[in-house]
Formats: sequence, C-alpha cells, structure tokens
Amino acid sequence: MDTVLETISLSKIFGGLKATDNVNFRLEQGARHALIGPNGAGKTTFINLLTGVLTPSDGKILLNGEDITSIKREQRVRRGLARTFQINQLFGKLNVVESLGLVISERRGHGRDWFRWAGTLPGIEDEIASLISDFGLEDVFDHPCSGLPYGKQRLLEIALAIACRPKVLLLDEPAAGVPEADRHEVLSRLSALPSDVSILLIEHDMDLVFNFAEKISVLVSGALFAEGTVDEIANDQRVKEVYLGGADHG
Amino acid sequence: MQANHSTPTPLSADVRRVMRRPVRWTVIEIAFWVLAVLSWFFLPEQHLILTEIAGIAIFALSIDLILGYAGIVSLGQAALYGAGAYASGLFSIYVTGEPISGLLVGAVAGAVIAFATSFLLLRGGDLTRLMVTLGVAAVLFEIANQTAWLTGGADGLQGITIDPLFGHFEFDFYGHTGYAYSLAVLFVLFVLSRLIVSSPFGISLKAIRDNPLRASAVGIPVAARQVAIYTVAGAYAGIAGALFTQTQQFISLDVLSFQKSADGLMVLVIGGTGYLYGGIVGAVVYEMVQDGIANLTPQYWQFWVGILLVVFVLVGRDRPRELISRLTARAGQMRKSSSETVISKRQET
Repeated sequence: MDTVLETISLSKIFGGLKATDNVNFRLEQGARHALIGPNGAGKTTFINLLTGVLTPSDGKILLNGEDITSIKREQRVRRGLARTFQINQLFGKLNVVESLGLVISERRGHGRDWFRWAGTLPGIEDEIASLISDFGLEDVFDHPCSGLPYGKQRLLEIALAIACRPKVLLLDEPAAGVPEADRHEVLSRLSALPSDVSILLIEHDMDLVFNFAEKISVLVSGALFAEGTVDEIANDQRVKEVYLGGADHG
Repeated sequence: MQANHSTPTPLSADVRRVMRRPVRWTVIEIAFWVLAVLSWFFLPEQHLILTEIAGIAIFALSIDLILGYAGIVSLGQAALYGAGAYASGLFSIYVTGEPISGLLVGAVAGAVIAFATSFLLLRGGDLTRLMVTLGVAAVLFEIANQTAWLTGGADGLQGITIDPLFGHFEFDFYGHTGYAYSLAVLFVLFVLSRLIVSSPFGISLKAIRDNPLRASAVGIPVAARQVAIYTVAGAYAGIAGALFTQTQQFISLDVLSFQKSADGLMVLVIGGTGYLYGGIVGAVVYEMVQDGIANLTPQYWQFWVGILLVVFVLVGRDRPRELISRLTARAGQMRKSSSETVISKRQET
C-alpha cells in the first residue's frame, strides 16, 4: 500500500517536556487508522504538528511524499490534509449553508472573489445540499452554527472538513461529548465517510476505536509505544498495562 | 444557474434561497434610501449637518468593514481618514480642484497607509491591534504637525479650492451640492460594501472573525484576507477624509486626532456593528443627539453623549440590527410564512 502521510523523527519539546518524542509514523492510502493513548500522551499535539498549528522542534512531515514540515496551515489544506477539532471550532454567526459554502468556494479557488454574490458559483448549492444530507443537517441548514444542538455541531464539524475534499482526514475525538441519544448517528456518519479518504482517528472511546479502525497506534508519553491490527493491540499485554488496564470502560 | 442541473432537488433550492437572501433589497432598506433622497428635497436648510452626517457615516462604514466583518479592532482609523483628507487637499492645491479625481486620490492615500501598516496588525491580539493603530495615528499626527511647510501644521491647510462638480455644480455655502455629492458617494460605497460582505471574500472574513483557527484549518489564508480588507477599509476612510476636505475646504490636524478615531468607533457602536447600516444610523443618532443636547445644555453635551454610549453598549450592541431584522421580518411576513410552510411540509415527509 502507498503511504499518504508520514512523519520522520518528529519531535516537539515544550520547555523540558517532550510532548512528541521521535515519532516515525505512516498512514496508508485509504486507511482507517486509530491513534490512542492515555490522557496527556500527546495525541492532540501530534495532530497540531501535522496540521501546522504547532511547529515541530525536529523531524519531518511528508504528505504524498512532499515535505510539508514548514508550509502554512492553509497550504496543507490545499494539498489535501484536513482535520476536525476535539472542541468544536465552528463559525458562530454563520449559518450551516454559509459555512459549508465558504469552504467549497475556498477549495475551488474562489475565496478571494469579492465582486460576485456568494451563491453564484456554478453548482455550489448542489454540493452544499449533498453535504447537508450526508451529515443529516437538513433541519438546521438555515441556523447559525452557534445555536445548533451539540450533536449537530459535531456533525457540522466533520462536514466542514469533508467539504475540503481531503485526501487525508484527521479526526480528533469526533464523538467526544456527544450525548448518548446522538452517538449512533455520529458513528454511522463516520463509517459512511468516503473510502478513498485516508483517516487518522484520535479517540478515547475504545468501542469506537475497535469498531472503526483497522490499525491502531498507541502513543505513550509522546512516543510511539505499539502499533498493530485491532486484534494485536487488543491482546497486547503491555498496552493493557499502560492504557487499557487503567481506563476501565465497563 | 437553472441550466447547470437538470433536476434541482428541493434542498438545493432551499440552499440557494438562503445563499441569495443577502442579494435582495428589503422593503426597509429601500425605504431607508428613499428617505435619504427625500431629505435632500425637503430639508434644504439642514444640508450642512446632513453633509457632515454622510461623511461620518462613510468613516464609520470603513470601521465596520474591519471590525464588524473581520473582527479587527482599531483605535487609529483617523490615520487613514487624515491621510485621505490631506492627500486630496494637497492634490486640489497643487494639481487640480476637480472633485472626483480628488476622491480617488484620497482613496489611494488611505489604502496605501492601510496596506503599509496592515502588516503590523497581523501580529498579536486585540490589545496589540488597539495599540498599534493608536500608535500609527499618533505618528502621522506628529508628522503632519511637524511638516507645517506642506500641511500648514497646527494652523491647518488653507487655500483649498474645489472645482464645480462635473464642471457645473458649484459647492455652495448652504451645502446643497455638497450634500447631494456626499449622499451619492455614500450610496455608491454602501452598495459596493453590500456586495463585498456577501461575496465569497466577505464570507471568508466573517469566518475569520468568528474563528480564525478554524478558518485557517479549512484553507483560508487568514493574514492575506485581513490585509485585503484593511486596505479596502483604508480606501473607504480615505474617501471619507477627502469628502470632508472638499465640503469644508479646510483641514486641521483634527482629522488625524485620536478624538476622530474615537468618534468613528463611537458612532459605529451606537448604530451597531456587522450589518452595514450601523455607521449610517449611528451617524444620524450621534449628530442629532449632539445637536439637540448642545442646544439644551451647551456645556455638558459630551456628558450626555457619554451616557448614551454607555447605555447603548449595555443594552446590547446587536440591538439596532435585531430591531431592523425584526421589522424586515414583519414586513415580509406573508412571503416568509408561506415559504416556511413549504419547508416544514418537506421535513415532515
């Protein structure tokens, strides 16, 4: 399989703390790959390094073989790397239609157009409409993002990333905080994501990880601790000790 | 657009309706501009103050573009206003008194200063921006003060003469030409900004205002967009300054003062940010209150304006916009209720 995203000796040091410690990681084409680890293991730091929110202290990041270590966030998005956030990051006063529309305009290279109405890009309403129905936002499409129920906000959070048409999608705890009643919907939308998008899932929820992922990497104290198939990780005694044993999900 | 897809789904049609909503002029908006035009015919003795109101409104509109739409706070918009005022004044003295080209010179001056200083704004948060804009305006003020050979310094720039508009309409003592001219410029700039804020560019600004982190995570170049709108706002402020020069035919250092920046911000906050009419509504209220209170208690008008400002901010800056959108909603109640029935029917199925 082809590698779409790779890190080589990636490190991030905050003061004396190694938040990311010499990580060599590969994400394969079409992967459903989960990154797990105890609290404070550096999972979100790792995502922030990949997407350019943080600058690594050392090491390299390759996207489809191209070194993207020092390019800007928005240029990584244009090269096909999108993410969602652990805490919803939506455009509070914009409604769902405007939010999705602006991402699509940007992707199609029309984000700078100032002498045309936003709705006049050919075919944009169809693409917005299909995202709205893919993510079950039909009944809230005209509402400002800040007023949406939490479950819908979570879905829009993912829809915004998908509107970027990413090759690689980084999902940072997509089900975090979703009320039990809405969980099923979020999970089914996640499993319906296009199969050609390679996905790295960061998650605490082991049910979700075991259902969704084909491969699992375990991060402990910023370093890669173990990597393998779902069965291998589930039966790995060392992983159980450092992680699964501590977090009882019964 | 209809030709692009043979069978538009009902959802696509709803999406299009939502996206095209800002295009349509509401009844309230049309009434507003009709009233503005009528004021020229029916309030001839008020043309001087109305000219002033139109100028302040353009100035406040320039602040709204950066604050209300891009979330950039500024205490130094006078730098851009003053640059436009002095540039157009000097242009009328040394090149030509033709007013339209003078406006363009003002716009370019404001835009150049804005562009050149925009890079200082990109670093840091709101407090940094407040201080940097304040500092830039203070520096320009002192430059204008020290280059008295060019600007007239503290005595003001004198000898400005403006040619008749289109070669025909003299700028008269009563402000008849000045008001028609100012109102026309305000309207043109308003229509342009109405398009800008609902364009893909404008919506990306609102995205940056609401969440710069997410904006960059969906591919928006945040810094470049902020530079762009700050430059546009600079042109707007420059035009407001040039209008002031042309209608007053005199400039003092006040155009670069902190008071000028603060007034513009105050006017905008009174009228409400982020719906474009705030600057105009605020300018009308501010001038009327100032005028009314000054007649009642000449010494204490600033006291009452201050009280008014505090009340407006406490009552809620979104209030004027909400009021107007509620009125608009009521005006279009029939149309809206019928289309909502269609939506709820579709959702039930």
